[in-house]
This record gives sequence, C-alpha cells and structure tokens, in this order.
Amino acid sequence: MDNAATTIHKPEPVKAAVLAAMDSFGNAGRGASEPALNASRVIYETREKLARFFHGEDASRIVFTANSTESLNIAIKGLFSSGDHVITTVLEHNSVLRPLYECRERGVELTILDCDEKGNISYEEMEAAVKDNTKAVVCTHASNLTGNMIDLERVGEITRRKGILLVADASQTAGVYPVDVQKMGIDVLCFTGHKGMLGPQGTGGMYVRPGVVIRPLLSGGSGVDTYNPRHPDLMPAALEAGTLNGHGIAGLGAAVSWLEEKGPDVLRETELSRMRQFYEGVSRIPGVTVYGDFSADMRCPIVSLNIGDYDSSEVSDELSVTYGIVTRPGAHCAPLMHRALRTIGQGAVRFSFSHYNTEEEVETAVQAIKELVNDQ
Amino acid sequence: MRKKEKKLVVTFHTTADAMAMEKACREHNAPGRLIPVPRSISAGCGMAWCAALEDRDRILQVLEERKIEQEDVHECML
Repeated sequence: MDNAATTIHKPEPVKAAVLAAMDSFGNAGRGASEPALNASRVIYETREKLARFFHGEDASRIVFTANSTESLNIAIKGLFSSGDHVITTVLEHNSVLRPLYECRERGVELTILDCDEKGNISYEEMEAAVKDNTKAVVCTHASNLTGNMIDLERVGEITRRKGILLVADASQTAGVYPVDVQKMGIDVLCFTGHKGMLGPQGTGGMYVRPGVVIRPLLSGGSGVDTYNPRHPDLMPAALEAGTLNGHGIAGLGAAVSWLEEKGPDVLRETELSRMRQFYEGVSRIPGVTVYGDFSADMRCPIVSLNIGDYDSSEVSDELSVTYGIVTRPGAHCAPLMHRALRTIGQGAVRFSFSHYNTEEEVETAVQAIKELVNDQ
Repeated sequence: MRKKEKKLVVTFHTTADAMAMEKACREHNAPGRLIPVPRSISAGCGMAWCAALEDRDRILQVLEERKIEQEDVHECML
C-alpha cells in the first residue's frame, strides 16, 4: 500500500514491451538502420499516445525525461530568471521546492501559499499574490502526503486571465485523474511514468505548450544538426539531449494503451473505494489521527495517519514486519506540508492504494491499525 | 506494538552506504536489518542498520573491514 511512491505491479503488456525492446532496439534517432528505426518508431508512437492522453496539441511538445524531478528541474530552471516572481504552495514536493529555492538564490522572488487546517490552499490568496513581475504559478495537482487535490482548471483560469504561466506537477495524478492541458490551461505539465501511469521507473516527461520556450538543462547529442556548436532549439530535441530510455519508453507506451483500454475512471473508482474503506475503518479509532480533507469528492487514494505520539517509522516498520503491509513513513519529501500539519518530528504513515489492492487487504490493514492502537 | 528494547542503530550519510552495509553484513553473516531511521535520531528520513546491542563489535568490524562510512552509531529504544 505504497503506490504513491511507485506502483509495484505493472500490467503484463508493459513488461512484455520492455522485454521486446531490449531484444530489438537500436538508438532512436541515430541512423536509419532497422534496429534504430524500431526504437524511433516506438518512441514516436509513445509521444503521440501521451499527447493524446493529456490532450496536447502536438506530439512534438511531449518531452521524455527520467521522472517528474527531471521534468520539474528542466521547467523551473529553464523558465525563470532573476527578477521574476513565482507563486507556489506548501503542498509541494521537494522536487518543486528545491529547484525553486535554487532559483531564489539567483534572484527569483518566491511566494509560497499556505494552507488551511485540512491542507487546502485558497485560490483567492493565489490570485491576490500575482504581481507585475509574476511569471508563473508552479503547483502540484495533488499533495503526495494528504492526497488533497488542487483544482488545476481553477488555477489555469487565474493564470490565463493574469497572463502568466501554469507549471503543473501531475506526479500523483497522471494516469489516475484526467489531465487535459488545454482545458486546464496548463503551459508546462510534468509527469512521471512509474506511479499512476503504471510504467517503468526511469520514465517520465513533460508537455510544453507551443510558444513556451524553456532553456535546456542539458546539451549534447541530438542525432541532428551535428555541426552546429549549439544544441538544436527545435522541440522535442531541444530538451532531450542524449540517448533516450527507449526500453522504458516502450513500456510506458504499452502502459498508456493499457490504461486507455481499461479506463482510468474505472481503475480510479476501485482505488477510491479502497481508500474510503480504509478511511472509514481507521478514522474513528481513538488515538488515530488522519490528515487531509476527506469531504472532497476529488482526492487521491491516499490516507496518511499517525497513532498517538508513535514515531511513524516505528509504526510503518511494525506493519511491515508483523503484518507484511508496505507503507511509507517519515516526511515524504514534503517538508512544508508536514510543517503545516505540525508533524515534522513524527512524520506520518502513508497508505496509498492502487487498483490491484483488494478489499481483504484493506480490511487486514484496518485490523492491524486497531491491534497496534490496542497494544500501546 | 512490540515491547521496546535497547538496540544498536547505525546511521549513514547516504542510502547507497546503507545498502552497502546490508550487502556486507549478509556476506559476513553479521546480524541485523535495515529499518527506517527512528525519529529519536533524525526526522529527515533514510535507512539505518539495526542490530542487537551484543552484536556491536561484529557490526563495527564489518564497517571497518568493508570501509563503509557510518554517520553515527546510536543506542536507542526500539
């Protein structure tokens, strides 16, 4: 039950696609031999699938990266310059915060929006924070700690009206909730392949709206324009220096097809049903504190909790050793969210559900929490 | 929760060092297991090597022999 970190079980076609790629792929975009073309074709098909999946205008605006962290670093470090003002939130993961802190050291002004006691931000405060030099809002689609979501359509309405950019981190939602970059007004979408997308680790990417120019983080081999001393500025090559993870991307492409076939809405309903079952089971146990807003219809299938004053690491270890239940303790790379929830020392035990978790597994987890509470 | 007892907890600067420790201990048949770092030591996450107090010398010997750099060696109730 640690699927917000990575989904452990991948669909069979994903595994098969990776294996087949490892037996047939040359280096994509490096020559026109049959093995090189095998890789180029699958990578291009995956680009098209992802553009369709996120409702992007054009497959050439899909960039492959190793994960959300790389996507967010490319976006944040390549968009902002000294004198720019950027708005973000306390819900963010360190993969947003740390690149932004580095930008702040180089003269970028930063506003970090606070949250209420349930862990929700105020859209009015976000709008009020926009200034003349504001370049963008960088925010997550969902907190990886509480599962609370940010309404990106509402944020996109604000950023479009104010004429600023929206950089969205869909690490926890891509593959689970629909992400429509055009409808939501997302200028740069950052996603990872190994969580809700059900693809291999080492895959991820970004969508960059036509007209948005990002300074590349890396330059080097591009397979084209070799005698130009500068890295080509045409997308997607501009942001894809070096050999791509073709084997992984083949798996990601198969994962998108699998998701489209099964229907993300159907999978999500199962996940939310497991989350509700667990939440109903644990939230009324005296001594158990559950974090986040469970009154919202739209939220990620995450339940983070603590038992009394127990160290979350000890509880998670006990769940693992005694019950074989996999959870994530500690701070979840979300320092400001923990500060807002006043759980910096204790951390929290995070249960995050996927479509393959069963009702019986959830019931076992509820019973385990009850036993741990009674054993205190 | 299990009854707490005092344990030896070795912390590391990086996850790579913690994994090196697990591999080294297995190869040396040294006891213990990886656990999440207890908050009494640090709230900053990461993994630590946990063993019984009486295995202290063996654990320190593995660290020494394999030249694995530990952050600190603690004794805490777990």
